[in-house]
Amino acid sequence: MESCNCIEPQWPAEELLMKYQYISDFFIALAYFSIPLELIYFVKKSAVFPYRWVLVQFGAFIVLCGATHLISLWTFSMHSRTVAVVMTISKVLTAVVSCATALMLVHIIPDLLSVKTRELFLKNKAAELDREMGLIRTQEETGRHVRMLTHEIRSTLDRHTILKTTLVELGRTLVLEECALWMPTRTGLELQLSYTLRQQNPVGYTVPIQLPVINQVFSSNRAMKISPNSPVARIRPFAGKYMPGEVVAVRVPLLHLSNFQINDWPELSTRRYALMVLMLPSDSARQWHVHELELVEVVADQVAVALSHAAILEESMRARDLLMDQNVALDHARREAETAIRARNDFLAVMNHEMRTPMHAIIALSSLLQETELTPEQRLMVETILKSSNLLATLINDVLDLSRLEDGSLQLDLGTFNLHALFREVLNLIKPIASVKKLHVTLNLAPDLPECVVGDEKRLMQTILNVVGNALKFSKEGSISITAFVAKSESLRDSRAPDFFPVPSDDHFYLRVQVKDAGQGVNPQEIPKLFTKFAQTQTLATRNSSGSGLGLAICKRFVNLMEGHIWIESEGLGKGCTVIFIVKLCIPGRSNESKSPFLPKANHGQAGFPGLKVLVLDYNGVSRMVTKGLLVHLGCDVTTVSSIDECLHVVSQEHKVLFMDVCMPDGFEAAVRLHEKFTKHHERPLIVALTGNTDKVTKENCMRVGMDGVILKPVSVDKMRSVLSDLLEHRVLFEAM
Amino acid sequence: MEVVQMQRAWVEYTKSLFREGFLDAQFQQLQLLQDESNPDFVAEVVSLFFEDSERLLSDLTFALEQQSVDFKKVDAHVHQLKGSSSSIGAQRVKNDCIAFRSFCEEQNIEGCQRCLQQVKQDYCLVKSKLEALIRLEQQIVAAGGSIPMEELSC
Repeated sequence: MESCNCIEPQWPAEELLMKYQYISDFFIALAYFSIPLELIYFVKKSAVFPYRWVLVQFGAFIVLCGATHLISLWTFSMHSRTVAVVMTISKVLTAVVSCATALMLVHIIPDLLSVKTRELFLKNKAAELDREMGLIRTQEETGRHVRMLTHEIRSTLDRHTILKTTLVELGRTLVLEECALWMPTRTGLELQLSYTLRQQNPVGYTVPIQLPVINQVFSSNRAMKISPNSPVARIRPFAGKYMPGEVVAVRVPLLHLSNFQINDWPELSTRRYALMVLMLPSDSARQWHVHELELVEVVADQVAVALSHAAILEESMRARDLLMDQNVALDHARREAETAIRARNDFLAVMNHEMRTPMHAIIALSSLLQETELTPEQRLMVETILKSSNLLATLINDVLDLSRLEDGSLQLDLGTFNLHALFREVLNLIKPIASVKKLHVTLNLAPDLPECVVGDEKRLMQTILNVVGNALKFSKEGSISITAFVAKSESLRDSRAPDFFPVPSDDHFYLRVQVKDAGQGVNPQEIPKLFTKFAQTQTLATRNSSGSGLGLAICKRFVNLMEGHIWIESEGLGKGCTVIFIVKLCIPGRSNESKSPFLPKANHGQAGFPGLKVLVLDYNGVSRMVTKGLLVHLGCDVTTVSSIDECLHVVSQEHKVLFMDVCMPDGFEAAVRLHEKFTKHHERPLIVALTGNTDKVTKENCMRVGMDGVILKPVSVDKMRSVLSDLLEHRVLFEAM
Repeated sequence: MEVVQMQRAWVEYTKSLFREGFLDAQFQQLQLLQDESNPDFVAEVVSLFFEDSERLLSDLTFALEQQSVDFKKVDAHVHQLKGSSSSIGAQRVKNDCIAFRSFCEEQNIEGCQRCLQQVKQDYCLVKSKLEALIRLEQQIVAAGGSIPMEELSC
């Protein structure tokens, strides 16, 4: 055996040790080679591993270590220089890599550790979010339930349905064992069990309202947990084994209709509450959660609102029924009244004729009889008959007049008359009677009293006569003075007539007449009764006087018709009295009776229509000329046009009449367009159609498009004249076809 | 000729025209419209009538000579002629127009042609008569007289 220069380990004597080292090295190498393989395998499998480079380094390190150990296997025995070189190289490389790795790990390991803490942190966060999600979901569920409940509750306006639905839905949503509603009784001292969920018809349990637990619940608008043993909660026999479920109670405000104010609902305006009691199922470990309590509160509020709406509806239905009943009753009463009026009118109509005829006969014949030869007794008898029948006739007339006045069917006959003459005539009429009774009558007419006035002469005379006649009747002696003057505004306002505010103006004035007598006077307390019909003042003196008591009532009606006022002033019995009335009279000539601008003469055949502006529309030249000639002959100012457009162009407000030949095409269209052009009726010229057609269709068409007249051609001068007269007077003319 | 004679002739002539149906009461109305303020009214209307009618008649002739006759147009012309003649009181022409229109509605070409001839004939007649009348009136006026309308009513 040659020895070489390189150092070579001596083959040790202990072969066993060598062998063990040999084997260990081999296994180490194996392990060293397999670890990177495993690493690669698993890293390839995992999706995320940020330190691949480190892995490579680590792998290289391990591989080299393994290689080193592997190569050292050869160094146990004699080995060549190559092996030694290889060994050296591998050892050097290993050293390099391992140092590099060691350096690298200094950076890596803290990172890796922190990853772990972050992971823990995130896990905690995730758990927290999960919890919160659960909460939100629960809340959302609750919200949904509330909405659904509200919808159910508010979908009906019937009280019972509302309450029943509430209980049912609450029971379902919250999975309750029992749900009950206690309503206050009429007296307000007790709560009565009105509705329950499970029991169909709750027997009327009542509890007094002043229990502390109830007060506690009523004092706040929150839902409160109450003891399951309180009287309101002990509705059904306890069926469970261990624990009754938790009970919650909430108040439900009952709004009284009249207290329903938008602004202070629900705090102030209500004093009445109902109690809603909700029980969880017994023997379950469930507890009332906050969100469930909130749900209950919300529902209670909604129920209150729904109940109030139902109450309002009930109220309005009741009112409507009441009104309907009243309507029916009123209708019936009205029909009865109408029947009564009709009956009275019929009666009066009959009376009018039937009674007046015999009266007339009696009066006429008695006065005739008076003229004949009679013995004094006979004369006396006839005079009595005459007097009585005159009285009766007056009575009939008065009654009939009054009823017509009350009907409102009486209308004043306005006419022009002489006021001064009227007074003088009154004076003449009563002078004889006055002189018989030795009463002195004076008449005073104010100088500014107009002579000619417009009013109802007959009725004014009647009124004055009546008043003066009364003065005569009730005076035994003294004088009677009649004064008449124009009432000025200050004197028009009278304390006795507070609602009477007449306003004189240019075309009317107020006549004030005062009749003063020194007769027996009137008790001031009786004054109002005087104007009531048939009422008589029951004094000794008057019982002898004639008169049905209608006179003043009629006077009052007449005066009212003349937009005036009448009243009596008297200081008492025996002190005489003054009757004053004010009536409205018009001044003739200044009244605003409108006269049409074209002299409306009842007779046809005006000589001419000077200056009347007329438009003639006709396509046919000859026809146009003839019509123009006609109208010119009658003195009109005629313009002729031969087409619709020209017509519309020329026509103006000044043209009063338009004659149009409708045989031409679109004749009717012209009328329509004219109507469009003149929107105000009085500005538009009267449109008259000239046609040779005698059929109804043409006439109807003319009327349909709004023409004011239709005339048949040919038109003679006289016909045209009368047509124009008629037209201007009546503004319409449709000749009989 | 003397005025009085002329006037008498005029009256006779007018009455004959009415009798023979050439003119009707409408013409009388026209005559009534003639006064001092409007001395030539009748003459003007009559000449206008002549112009209108001649135009219408030539239009009608033309329309009826067409291959396909437009009856609507023909009817429109006849309607115009009828209007004119009735306004002036040319009775025969008017009646002919009425007959003409019914043929137009039936769209009877031969009938229309016949009517057209009739209308033309009557028109010529009434034209010559009216022209004669107007000439007479002018002569009377030229001689210093006035037209005796009143005498027509007897």
